[in-house]
Amino acid sequence: MTKPLVSFQNAGKIYKNGTVALAGLDLDVRGSEFLTLLGPSGCGKSTILRLIAGLDNLSSGALARGFSLDRGKIGFVFQDPTLMPWASVFDNVFLPLRLRGSPRRKATTAVEEALALVGLASSGRAFPRELSGGMRMRASIARALVLRPLVLLMDEPFAALDEITRFKLNDDLLALQGELGTTIVFVTHSVFESVYLSTRIAVIAGGPGSVAAEIAIDAPSVRGTAFRTSSVYAHYCAQASRALQGAKDEDLT
Amino acid sequence: MKSFGVTPPRWAARYGPPVLVFAGVVAAWEAYVRAMNVPAYILPSPSLVFETLFTDRATLFPALLVTLKTTFGALLAAVIGGVGLAILFTQWKWVERSFLPFAIVLQVTPIVAIAPLLLIYLEAPAAVLVCAFLVAFFPILSNTALGLASADRNLVDLFKLYRATRWQTLLHLRLPAALPYFLGGLQIGGGLALIGAIVAELAAGNAGKGAGLAFRISEAGYRLNIPRMFAALALISATGIAIFAALSALSFYLLSRWHDSAAGPER
Ligand SMILES: Nc1ncnc2c1ncn2[C@@H]1O[C@H](COP(=O)(O)OP(=O)(O)O)[C@@H](O)[C@H]1O
Ligand SMILES: [Mg+2]
Repeated sequence: MTKPLVSFQNAGKIYKNGTVALAGLDLDVRGSEFLTLLGPSGCGKSTILRLIAGLDNLSSGALARGFSLDRGKIGFVFQDPTLMPWASVFDNVFLPLRLRGSPRRKATTAVEEALALVGLASSGRAFPRELSGGMRMRASIARALVLRPLVLLMDEPFAALDEITRFKLNDDLLALQGELGTTIVFVTHSVFESVYLSTRIAVIAGGPGSVAAEIAIDAPSVRGTAFRTSSVYAHYCAQASRALQGAKDEDLT
Repeated sequence: MKSFGVTPPRWAARYGPPVLVFAGVVAAWEAYVRAMNVPAYILPSPSLVFETLFTDRATLFPALLVTLKTTFGALLAAVIGGVGLAILFTQWKWVERSFLPFAIVLQVTPIVAIAPLLLIYLEAPAAVLVCAFLVAFFPILSNTALGLASADRNLVDLFKLYRATRWQTLLHLRLPAALPYFLGGLQIGGGLALIGAIVAELAAGNAGKGAGLAFRISEAGYRLNIPRMFAALALISATGIAIFAALSALSFYLLSRWHDSAAGPER
């Protein structure tokens, strides 16, 4: 087996105020997979993403990355689109390149390609407030992809969207991954979303956070309504629900 | 939207009532003065005030110019000083800890109490300018500092993720995020600069050339030239309104595409 891209070993995280967010976390992220972190809110999922991105440091244990934390190796998508409201969609997507010192003219192609990838080719001049929630999220994803990162971290990106928009974005995200081969670590607390998207689910138990169960989803990489209504899907959903329930019960004892 | 029949156009519905109320008050004032034969040295009629604006223009408008120069000079200095210091505050915590107390002391001490002291140390025009600056400075400083510190936390993280330098974060994130706050402070500061200039002029009370509107008011008061007092007062009010309107328009222009405060009720 090839070396994992990211590997937590017996990792712990204690925040300054004394909150123990993670303890004894063992988790690998493998190249080109779609890994979903599934767990109740407050169990430490966002903390895991922030640690992978180097936005925060471990308190104990080890975290190894198969790449340098150089600019552009990691893309990050937050729950809110987190766009700069004063800048056009184009300028928002241009941001990572601008921060690297790319002049605007040289970056135009890359920005336009990223916008086209998420279906926003014609919205570059719009301002965030002029877009729908789904389109803002698309812009946010385009920004995360513009440097073609190795790993894309997504923290409950679709939680605030209506279900129809979410389904569409789910499909588009899978298509994007098929096209770019980006490794994705996706956080959600929706069992259905996790099964639909992932090649592997890590169920995170809270208090403090650690991996309670891992479920490999053995299904074709091209998914759609057929998969959503299949018995395989229902079976995995049931399995993930039980694992999530088990993780919660563990917390209570 | 197009309107038909009896529905008044939108601008009329919006600006009609306040204009009518204002016109009504002025008309009632005029009518009262005429009907009761109130002498002009007690209460001049609006028409007389208006007439005085014209007849005394050689005294009033140069004075207005002096006051305007002081106000805008002070406002400009307050913007440069306030924004500059706010940037230093967010870049270095120790600057904030060392200088904020002074700014607060200046802010809480009434300007009328400082003015006589400044007049001892400085020439009258300079003292007036400093007074106006002092009152306009604090709201701009504190609003801008608040704005610089309230950039979206996730965006701050994103800049960190892309290894942005301090300077890049300031330029591309903190300054634009602070713009609505700054403009709010500027609106307050603009009004206060005028008030500060007037108060300091009253305290200075210098005659001759370089005397502002406030001096013309107190001078007219000594001579019991009440119509001229009213005319000068009207000019001051009009100036205040113009400053407020101009800064509101600037704010609307700069924020209209992105900020909720400048957007209409419909979206
Ligand atoms: N900056 C912080 N300071 C203190 N405690 C924090 C901080 N961030 C998160 N926490 C705490 O750590 C735990 C895990 O948080 P988080 O990783 O955000 O969970 P999740 O994303 O799964 O909802 C929670 O109890 C939360 O309150
Ligand atoms: Mg979270």
